[in-house]
Amino acid sequence: MAVNYIPRRFNIVRDKERCIECGCCVRQCSNECHYFEAGGTTVLADSTNCVACHRCVDLCPTSALRIEKHVCDYRENANWTPQYQQEICRQAASGGTLLSGMGNPKPYPIYWDKILLNASQVTNPSIDPLREPMEIRTILGRKPEKLTVERKGKAITKMPPQVVVETPILFSAMSFGSISLNAQKSLAMAAQNLGTLFNTGEGGLHPDLEPYTDRAIVQVASGRFGVHKDYLNSARIVEIKIGQGAKPGIGGHLPGEKVNVEVSNARMIPEGSDAISPAPHHDIYSIEDLRQLIWSIKQATGNQKPVSVKIAAVHNVAAIVSGCARAGADIIAIDGFRGGTGAAPTRIRDNVGIPIELALAAADSRLREEGIRSQISLIAAGSFRCSADIVKAIALGADACYCASAPLIAMGCHMCQTCNTGKCNWGIATQRPELTKRLNPDIMHERVENLITAWNHEIKEIMGGMGINSVDSLRGNRLMLRGIGLSDRELAILGIKHAGE
Amino acid sequence: MLKEGQVRIPAGCAIAAIIDRKGGLINGSEIIKSIALMHDRSNGLGGGFAAYGIYPEHKDAYAFHIFYDNAEAQKKCEEFLFKHFNVDEAERIPTKKIPAIKNGPDIWRYFARVNRVRMRNARLDEGEYVVQCVTRVNDAYEGAYIFSSGKNMGCFKAVGYPEDVGAFYMLDKYDAYLWTAHGRFPTNTPGWWGGAHPFNVLDWSIVHNGEISSYDANRRYIEQFGYKCTMQTDTEVITYLFDHLMRHHGLPANVAADVLTAPEWDEIDRMSPEKREYFTALRSIYSGALVNGPFSVILGSGKGLLAINDRLKLRSLTAATKGDRAYFASEESAIRIVCPNPDKVWSVSGADPVFVPLEIHQKEES
Repeated sequence: MAVNYIPRRFNIVRDKERCIECGCCVRQCSNECHYFEAGGTTVLADSTNCVACHRCVDLCPTSALRIEKHVCDYRENANWTPQYQQEICRQAASGGTLLSGMGNPKPYPIYWDKILLNASQVTNPSIDPLREPMEIRTILGRKPEKLTVERKGKAITKMPPQVVVETPILFSAMSFGSISLNAQKSLAMAAQNLGTLFNTGEGGLHPDLEPYTDRAIVQVASGRFGVHKDYLNSARIVEIKIGQGAKPGIGGHLPGEKVNVEVSNARMIPEGSDAISPAPHHDIYSIEDLRQLIWSIKQATGNQKPVSVKIAAVHNVAAIVSGCARAGADIIAIDGFRGGTGAAPTRIRDNVGIPIELALAAADSRLREEGIRSQISLIAAGSFRCSADIVKAIALGADACYCASAPLIAMGCHMCQTCNTGKCNWGIATQRPELTKRLNPDIMHERVENLITAWNHEIKEIMGGMGINSVDSLRGNRLMLRGIGLSDRELAILGIKHAGE
Repeated sequence: MLKEGQVRIPAGCAIAAIIDRKGGLINGSEIIKSIALMHDRSNGLGGGFAAYGIYPEHKDAYAFHIFYDNAEAQKKCEEFLFKHFNVDEAERIPTKKIPAIKNGPDIWRYFARVNRVRMRNARLDEGEYVVQCVTRVNDAYEGAYIFSSGKNMGCFKAVGYPEDVGAFYMLDKYDAYLWTAHGRFPTNTPGWWGGAHPFNVLDWSIVHNGEISSYDANRRYIEQFGYKCTMQTDTEVITYLFDHLMRHHGLPANVAADVLTAPEWDEIDRMSPEKREYFTALRSIYSGALVNGPFSVILGSGKGLLAINDRLKLRSLTAATKGDRAYFASEESAIRIVCPNPDKVWSVSGADPVFVPLEIHQKEES
C-alpha cells in the first residue's frame, strides 16, 4: 500500500449507544466515509475522506454522530506549518495546481470586525422601525447628471433603464455547472419573492429559470457560454464578468465530466467537453475594448438593460472602477478577495487581491473625487456574513451588496471548502442527480427568503438606531462608522475616524 | 480645543422668520421679540439674524460681512478683496457694547462689485466667481471669515443669546422685508462667532434646527461638485445642497425642497403615474441629497422664503399668515407674541414645504 503522507483532517465519532444502525449516514455520504461492515448490518466509518460537511451529523435520526478535528501533531514550526507541508505532499503526489473551493480562509484582517456603528442619543432621536417607514428600497442603474423639470411634479428628463430592488442585498453570480439547478432555482424564487435579483453566473440560462428572468442578472464572461440575444434581453441587468474576487486574473475550468446534457444545453457547448473560460476576454485587452463590448450589449438590448461590469478587487481598483464608469458601465461590482468560488487555484485564492472594505472605500472616494459617483451604482461583493457587514458596506459607499455564501449556508452549505470535487452532499455544488435531488427548491427558497428578511429587519433596526429612515441617507455616510484598532493609514483609506474621535 | 470646522458639533436650536410678501418693511425689533421668547431653546453659544432689503442704497453691490481675528488677517483679506472686487465702501459694522456679548472679533462690511476682468479670465459666471472668492478667503485666510455675501441683505451673528446678538448689532435700526433668526444650542462650546447661524452663500441664508443623520452622505454628495464643507455643520451642507440644486441644476425652489424632503416610497407608489415618475426620478438621481433625521429649515433669499420640515416631523415648525405677512417659528408662541391674531396657523408638514414668494420681486423682474 502506498504511503499516505497526509494525516486525515477529521474523525467521525459515533455514539454506539445511540446508533440504531439505520444506515442513513451510509446513504448520505458521497465521500463514502460510512459503510456497512462486509456482509453485516453494523455501520462503520472511515474518516479519511471526511470533509466535515455535517450531512451525516444533521440527518442522523438519533444524533449519534459527531465530527471532531483529527489532532496529529507535527514538530512545532511557525514557518513550516502542517498546512504547507501537507500541500507540498499533495503536489508531490499529483504534480498539479492546488485547487480549493469557497473564499480565502486565511487570517487576513477582516475590516468589518474593526468597524463600529453609530447610534443616536439625545441630540437627535433614534427612529423606531415598528412605528415609522424604514426604507431600504434601492435603485440600480445609471443616473443622469441632473433632473430637468417642467414644473414641480413633472419631470422632463428621460431616465435610463433603472432597476428597483426592495433590499440592498442581491445574490451574487453562481453558474449552472458550479452549482446545481435546484440551488439556482431556490435563489431565483427567493429573489422574485423578495423583490431582489439573482445572478446566473457565466453558465447560461437554464429553461427552468425562464419564469424568473425578470429578477435575473445574466453574465457575459470570457467564455461567452450561453450568450445569445434572447439571453441578454430576457434579463434585468447584463453583467460583464471581468474578474472574480476569489481568483483575480484567472479564468475558469468546468471539467468535461460535469458537462451533462443540461449543462451543455445551457452553455451551448458539446456534451462532455471542458468549459474553459479564458483568463482575459479575448476581445477586451484594454479599457476602450470594454467600452465597445458595453455598447454592443446596449445595442443588442435596445438600451433597455443596465450593463454592469464585475471586477475583482485588485491593487489599482479605484482607477479601474473609474475607467469602467467612464467606459459606460451603469453598475460596477467589486468582488473582494474573500469572495467565494466553486473552484480556484489555492495560491491565487489565498494571495491575490485585496479586501472588499478597502477596495470599496477607495473606489467610492475616487469616484467622488471625480464627481461621478452619483451617476453610477456600486455593488460590493466578497463575503458578507451578516446584516451589520452590509450596513457597514453601504456606509462606506456601496449601493448594494452581492451575497452568495450566506444564502448557500442557508441552503445547507457548511463551508467544507470542497466545492471543486463536485461531491457536495447538500446538493449545492454538484451535478450528480442523486445529490442535487436532496435540495428541494420549494423548501430552500423559503430558508433563503427568511435569511434575507431577517437581515432586512436588522438593517432597518440599525438604521433606525442611527436616526436614518432611508438607505439613501446611509449610503456613503462614513461618519456613522468608527474604526477600532486600526492604523492611521487604514483609517485614511477607509475614510473613517477612530472610535472615540 | 478645536473650533467649529475642525470638529463636527451637533446642535439643537430655535428658528424664526417673518416675511412681507409685498415687500413692506418690518423693523428688526419684531424678529428679536419673536426669537427671544424661545430663550430656553438656545444656550447662549450662538445667535444670529439674516435681513433682506436693508441696503437699498447699495442694492447692486455684494455686501460682504467679515469677521477679523486680527489686523494682519484684515490686511491680507482686504488685499484679496480689493484685487478681486471693486469695493465701493468699507466700514466697521456699527455695534453697541453690551455685557452679554464678549470677546468678539473685529466686524467689517464691504459693498463691492466683481472685478469683471478677473471674472472673465476665470471663465466663471458671477455667482460662481463670488462663491469661489468667499470660499477662498474662508479656507485659506486664517483669521478672516466672510459670513455674509449677498446683495441688499446681510447676516448678523455672534456667540450669545439671539436677543443679545440683536441688541449688539442694533438691529432695531434696520428695516427688512424678510427676517430670519436663529438661537443655537450646540452640544459643546465652540466659542467661535463664525460657527453661529444663519449660514449664507450669495443671497441664500439658512437657519436650521436639528441634527441631520444624513450629514456625511450629504456632505460627500455635495463635495463632488466643488463645495468644501469647512464648517462641518448641517446648516452649511443644507445651504450648499440648495445652492447646487437651484444655481447649478436650475431647479425651482419647491423642486429643490422635494429633493431634500422627498416623500416615502409607499407614498410615491400610490401617486399618479406622472408624479410617481417625477419623484422616482428625483429620488434616484438625488439620493445623496435626501436629508434625513430631525430638521426644520428656513431658507431666505431675495426671491422669498422656503420652510421645510423633516419627513417624519421630528422637529417642530409652525407657520402663520396675517395679511401680507407670513410668520414661521419653532414654537407657535413665538409667532403669537408678534402677531396675536393670525389669519391662519398651521404646523408645517414634512411632505409639504411652504414657499412664500416675494411678489414685489416678481413684478420688478417681469
